[in-house]
Amino acid sequence: MTFAGCRSLMSRGLAPIICLILSISPAQAQRPFITLASTTSTQNSGLFRHVLPKFTRATGIAVRVVAVGTGAAIRLARAGDADVLLVHHKESELAFVAAGHGSLRRSVMYNDFILVGPGSDPAEIRSILDVDHALSRIASAQAIFLSRGDQSGTHKRELELWADASTNPAVASGEWYRETGSGMGATLNVAAAMGGYTLTDRGSWLGFANKRGLVLLHEGDPRLRNEYGVVLVSRDRHPHVKAKAGQVFVDWILSEEGMDAIDEFEIDGTRLFHAIR
Amino acid sequence: MDAFAAAFAAAGDLILSADAGLVEIIALSLEVSLIAVGLSALIGMPLGGLIALATFPGRRAIIVVFNALMGLPPVVVGLVVYLLLSRSGPFGVLDLLFTPTAMIVAQVILVLPIIVSLTRQILEFLWIDYRETLRSFGATRIQCLATLLWDGRFMLVTALLAGFGRAIAEVGAVMIVGGNIDHLTRVMTTAIALEASKGELALALGLGLILLAISLVLNVLAQSLRSLGETWSLA
Amino acid sequence: MKELDIFPLELHRAGLSMGGKRVLKDIDCQIGARPQKTFVIGPNGAGKSLFLKLCHGLLQAEEGTVHWGGVAGKDARLAQAMVFQRPVMLRRSALGNIDYALRLRGIARAERRDRTEALLKRTGLGHLAKVSARALSFGEQQRLALARALAFTPLVLFLDEPTASLDPAAAHLVEDIIEEAAVDGTKVIMSSHDLGQAQRMADEVIFLHRGRIKEFRIASDFFAAPKNDLARDFLEGKPLWWRRRSIYRNGGAK
Repeated sequence: MTFAGCRSLMSRGLAPIICLILSISPAQAQRPFITLASTTSTQNSGLFRHVLPKFTRATGIAVRVVAVGTGAAIRLARAGDADVLLVHHKESELAFVAAGHGSLRRSVMYNDFILVGPGSDPAEIRSILDVDHALSRIASAQAIFLSRGDQSGTHKRELELWADASTNPAVASGEWYRETGSGMGATLNVAAAMGGYTLTDRGSWLGFANKRGLVLLHEGDPRLRNEYGVVLVSRDRHPHVKAKAGQVFVDWILSEEGMDAIDEFEIDGTRLFHAIR
Repeated sequence: MDAFAAAFAAAGDLILSADAGLVEIIALSLEVSLIAVGLSALIGMPLGGLIALATFPGRRAIIVVFNALMGLPPVVVGLVVYLLLSRSGPFGVLDLLFTPTAMIVAQVILVLPIIVSLTRQILEFLWIDYRETLRSFGATRIQCLATLLWDGRFMLVTALLAGFGRAIAEVGAVMIVGGNIDHLTRVMTTAIALEASKGELALALGLGLILLAISLVLNVLAQSLRSLGETWSLA
Repeated sequence: MKELDIFPLELHRAGLSMGGKRVLKDIDCQIGARPQKTFVIGPNGAGKSLFLKLCHGLLQAEEGTVHWGGVAGKDARLAQAMVFQRPVMLRRSALGNIDYALRLRGIARAERRDRTEALLKRTGLGHLAKVSARALSFGEQQRLALARALAFTPLVLFLDEPTASLDPAAAHLVEDIIEEAAVDGTKVIMSSHDLGQAQRMADEVIFLHRGRIKEFRIASDFFAAPKNDLARDFLEGKPLWWRRRSIYRNGGAK
């Protein structure tokens, strides 16, 4: 094992280790797959666990889901690291296609955003009907509000809603307006711990297990509609993209079978997503 | 206190039910981290030994750099490896992003400085003892290096354990380069992060307890190997 | 290896400094293959160990030259071995320590096994072959160090106070092994501050004091009538410290 052994160690010891590493990669490549960049809201709700196995059974194509915020998902796709996007910020999706990164964009499903907060409701938004008014009341009461602060679809929508309410919460950043810079689940955890308000999509809320004192306080304003779109990453821009398999996925999710799979998905008897047919 | 009781219960349930998903996650965690530590040892131990033996200008600077690299934030390593392996990056053609191989690469970068620094420190100490004798034997530099590595093998277990501890516990790097893809790149730490984000705190904590238990068993095994070897050789 | 003739060892005006202090000065001597056993004696701090290490090549002369007659440095290097006052045992078995030395010289496995066995037997360690070298007693370790050095079949064996830390019985065993090696034709260059041992074993003597060779003669002549005053005082067991000017001055100031 010493000196003469040094060289044989290299050949004897290194070879199996390299083989081991290589053996991991072929194992993954046995079956065709696509990489789907999506959002934590769809993953955390459990939708993918319900829908994707049906797709794989129907087509033989596996789906690898990388769940990040909408902003991060779009950045991944722009770098060519995903084949298909399933996110929820229409403006960003259209801009992505317009810039040549995506070859098509289709609406897939929607659910809605809701405002949740402590049961005591210090800003008294429970009976308010429109979302501008509810947000204004939170701002004037200086009640704690947790923002995602991560350029996700939810965050972008939240900022649009603040703008509609003619309020600039950024001036109170660090005071009553607190940006977590993390995912929906992490932000809900913080809201539960601090007894603050936050904007969340209904899917994440229903799938969230650590609600503590948090309750649903505001819903139903048409501006809270949360639409998910599917975008096929452009082969022209990223030649290695699995465009064919990606197209199969897009076609399937928009088919009757895909739409039904989305509509069937429930948590505790509540439907989470509504397919856009 | 209820939360902890619930965590223990969740951990117990997971283990007793021999959950297939859990087994898969544990196996991948161990596979990725053990290979990363193995590769780091293969590169880092000879490198650490060389630094211990050699005298050259800039040696102190290299030692300081490796010591500093031990504190590399995993997230930063994850980002760097992501940029390298991304389709838009220099190694994009290898198509390694979001694979266990990418996770191994990131963990090697995290573990290597620990192995190099600790190996250097341990072998430097041994070299003080051996230097005159080995030089009197007329051993070449490579022979000296091989001798130090072999004779220091039981002490070097510590370096391996430290490296393994870093690899198995980090979440920042594997989350970014692995993508936490179910059945492919989901490991213990990313699963814990996911469960925590779903608010399943008891389950997350339960997984953490299992991770801790695995780490403990490996450490006990390695330590007893080490002390067995040392008792014999009175190192 | 035995055919190789590396003698004589010639030191010409060799000098060495350590920490800014000159520890060996103007060493001028020639050591031949005969007589068999050359002893380096002198009080503590005279530079005996440094002298041996300089000859063996572990230290490089800063002034003057150290030269083995007629052969290139590397060949001369492989024909030497050294045993230190405190033996450094590799973290292996007794057998593994000797086997290591043989493997360094590229000797084949079968021959290694035979020679290891013979050396362990010759040094009385046969029954301890499988024991960790570091678990041996001090005397056993020193004998193993000797066996390991002899595994190189050296033409020259340097020994730096090999018995200084041993009890008389253990020292005796070590002396026997050295004598045997000398009988086999190995040149022995050994330092000692044990005058009895030097008188018993030495064929010629180098007397060192404060980094200089004060006397270099056939042992019987030296012990019968040393020419140098310091050597005479040393043999008579008188303290030599009074020769140190600095200490003398301090003493004078009192």
